[in-house]
Amino acid sequence: MNKKTWLLFFVLLLTVSTALFGCASDDGEDTGGESGNDSGESSSQDTLIFGRGGDSVGLDPITVTDGESFKVTKNVFETLIEFGREDTEINPGLAAEWDVSEDGLTYTFTLQEGVTFHDGEAFNADAVVYNFERWASGTEDKFYYYKSMFGGFGDDEGHVIESVTAADDMTVEIKLKRPQAPFLKNLAMSPFGIASPKALDEMGDEAFNESPVGTGPFKFVEWRRNDRIVLEKNEDYWQEGLPKLNEIIFRSIPENSARLNALQSNEIDLADGVNPSDAAMIEENADLQLFERPSMNVGYLGLTTTREPFDDPKVRQAMNHAIDRQSIVDAFFEGRAEVAKNAMPPVIAGYNDDIEGYEYDPEKAKQLLEEAGLGDGFEMDLWAMPVPRPYMPDGQKVAEAIQNNLADVGITAEIVNYEWATYLEKARMGEADAFLLGWTGDNGDADNFLYVLLDQDNIGSNNYTYYENQELHDLLIEAQSEVDEDARSQLYMEAQEIIHEDAPWVPLAHSTPLMAGSSTLKDFVAHPTGSDNLMDVYFE
Amino acid sequence: MIPVLLGMTFIVFLIIRAIPGDPAIVILGQQATKEAVAALRETLGLNNPWYIQYFEYLKNLATGDLGNSLRTRTPVNEEIWPYLAATFELSLFAIVIAVFIGVNAGIISAWFQNSWFDYAAMILALVGVSIPIFWLGLMMQYQFSLQWDWFPTTGRENVRDPVNAITNLYILDTIIQGRFDQTLVVLRHLVMPGVALATIPMAIIARMTRSSMLEVMKSDYIRTARAKGEKMFWVVYKHSLKNAVIPVLTVIGLQTGLLLGGAILTETIFGLPGIGRYIYEAISSRDYPVIQSGILVVAFIFVMINLIVDILYSIIDPRIRYS
Repeated sequence: MNKKTWLLFFVLLLTVSTALFGCASDDGEDTGGESGNDSGESSSQDTLIFGRGGDSVGLDPITVTDGESFKVTKNVFETLIEFGREDTEINPGLAAEWDVSEDGLTYTFTLQEGVTFHDGEAFNADAVVYNFERWASGTEDKFYYYKSMFGGFGDDEGHVIESVTAADDMTVEIKLKRPQAPFLKNLAMSPFGIASPKALDEMGDEAFNESPVGTGPFKFVEWRRNDRIVLEKNEDYWQEGLPKLNEIIFRSIPENSARLNALQSNEIDLADGVNPSDAAMIEENADLQLFERPSMNVGYLGLTTTREPFDDPKVRQAMNHAIDRQSIVDAFFEGRAEVAKNAMPPVIAGYNDDIEGYEYDPEKAKQLLEEAGLGDGFEMDLWAMPVPRPYMPDGQKVAEAIQNNLADVGITAEIVNYEWATYLEKARMGEADAFLLGWTGDNGDADNFLYVLLDQDNIGSNNYTYYENQELHDLLIEAQSEVDEDARSQLYMEAQEIIHEDAPWVPLAHSTPLMAGSSTLKDFVAHPTGSDNLMDVYFE
Repeated sequence: MIPVLLGMTFIVFLIIRAIPGDPAIVILGQQATKEAVAALRETLGLNNPWYIQYFEYLKNLATGDLGNSLRTRTPVNEEIWPYLAATFELSLFAIVIAVFIGVNAGIISAWFQNSWFDYAAMILALVGVSIPIFWLGLMMQYQFSLQWDWFPTTGRENVRDPVNAITNLYILDTIIQGRFDQTLVVLRHLVMPGVALATIPMAIIARMTRSSMLEVMKSDYIRTARAKGEKMFWVVYKHSLKNAVIPVLTVIGLQTGLLLGGAILTETIFGLPGIGRYIYEAISSRDYPVIQSGILVVAFIFVMINLIVDILYSIIDPRIRYS
């Protein structure tokens, strides 16, 4: 009888598993058919599933600051000026053309005809004025980027925009209090997408943030937090024949390897945030393609200039000589990065290529330490970033490499770890001796790197090193209102020389962030700002 | 139960305020200026003394208000359910697997003590408790999705044919709507994360069942039952199990509770929008109300499960009475 029970048990087990695998293979066909990538007849696919690391914070672009939000709003909203497809040059957007007065104080924008918002309202000068007035009446915690780019709100001293008026139905005039060199570039940034006044009035700010209405190539459909955001084609889009896709689904898959697995099994079509170590495998796989996002970032080791011994420029220079950047780039960026010598990447206008980076030279480093009276070396804390970022794929390992380099010149570095929010807070307070960090540019302007990261005005916010130099400050402030491009570039070149000499950082690398997509995906271009316009994308 | 939950709110409240990191800075991002941070702190009420903040929080709790997320500025009451539902579905699936396989493996191991099955099962159980879910999850994706194409790698559903969410328990939703094809798809999405999540409780349950069964099977009444000529199957599954199951039930209850919070790694690897990830992300962004309320809700469920287990004791073993 015993045997009979066993038999029964196994028969049952068999039935259950057969049922499961039966449906497994059935369903396997289903998914194959739906994603349509396995078969030859995949041209019918018009839904793009974009897998990324995190969810958006909000979808009203002016209220958010995170890249994951802009990735979505970039496709729902348009700005007066647009960046180029693969660079940060200025191009017509909702403004078909514009005119700048001699003194650089008055900008006249002629708007694009025939544009409507997703709610059917016409786009015109009044809509633009409405948006600018909304932004200018905000506060910094509500509209962070407005303050950051245009200096303030309403009557604030620093507010650079004096007035925004509708000259006629399709012409907008913006008057500035003083010239602002990167003004047009600022307007091209994702936060300044033009929103439907009617929708804002009807919904209010909170609801609008959850279901945005713009003029872009895609309309918002649905948002399930931490899971997915769905956009659909805007049938009335003003540019003929665009967008080519019918639907975009943004999915959050936090783990890089899992996201790549999902791409390989056709559950997503495009994967953001690919580990450099997976790049070779993707290039070898005929079903996949690798995308390189043009580098607009810098990863660096910051030296807090208010803490001993880093208050001595000689010690900071010694650090620069002691660290072997090339090996770090080769080992941890898999060569998919450029060794940095300046605080901003070469693609940005004003980059000073004449500066010679500190070469890797432990002897020279020792000599400099000797001169600083630290011939016997010293002990320091070295903070390692706990999260991967495109500019720092593995903070811990980079820190270990640096630790080794420093040991060679007699410096004993102890690696310190904190959870990310704590790390930023403490580093901001100047509590770190030396810390790994980085920056990705917002608008491709030198000001967005040098002033934001190294000017004394930004101590306590983004100038984590507490580096102060009056001469540098004067140059950077002058450059902010210099409208002549060449003269402005010249100012930034000088600024970089000062920074190079004072060495508040050990600049490490300008990395090339990687993405991967299915091989049938066409015309996708990864934009340096990290917000990709998907209207040209289609499937073969 | 109320004192337990109240004490918990207090401890959680203190701990999350003791960790450094300012929610205002995290919300505004790396780019924020000092003024912006100060302004936001004021708006969020973070400038009040902690005990005022705590009593505010308790007052709101008493009216069933879990507070608003600092990051998304939406009420936690509204936000939390879809996450909870996703985790609930996953945990239920995992615990069913864990109990079914774990209990049976334990029973058979005890029944055929020192047989090859016993050894194999106990070695597997040892591996099961020690294997990192993170690694296991990625390996399963590689083998069962990429190599064999049996199951999808991530998510809860086929996003090209999304489930129309009513209760957010997708299995239930698809059945209500008569979309049985989708029910299968949802089940297939549950298999890998479910198994990954089930490994540790399964192993613990199997070991507990085995040792508990071994003890019971040595007792006199079992010998009597066998001497009477009762079939071995019934001796094991009826007479022995009934007495052996009490400690196992305790373990099951504890493990189910742990799954709710412990699902976070599984949710991360398999891209599931569950409560673990919800709380985890709230911690990284110092979203105090979400952390507090999220943990409170999980704790509440944990307490409820233990209550249910206590009630089950007395149903299974009438000798246990609560006065």
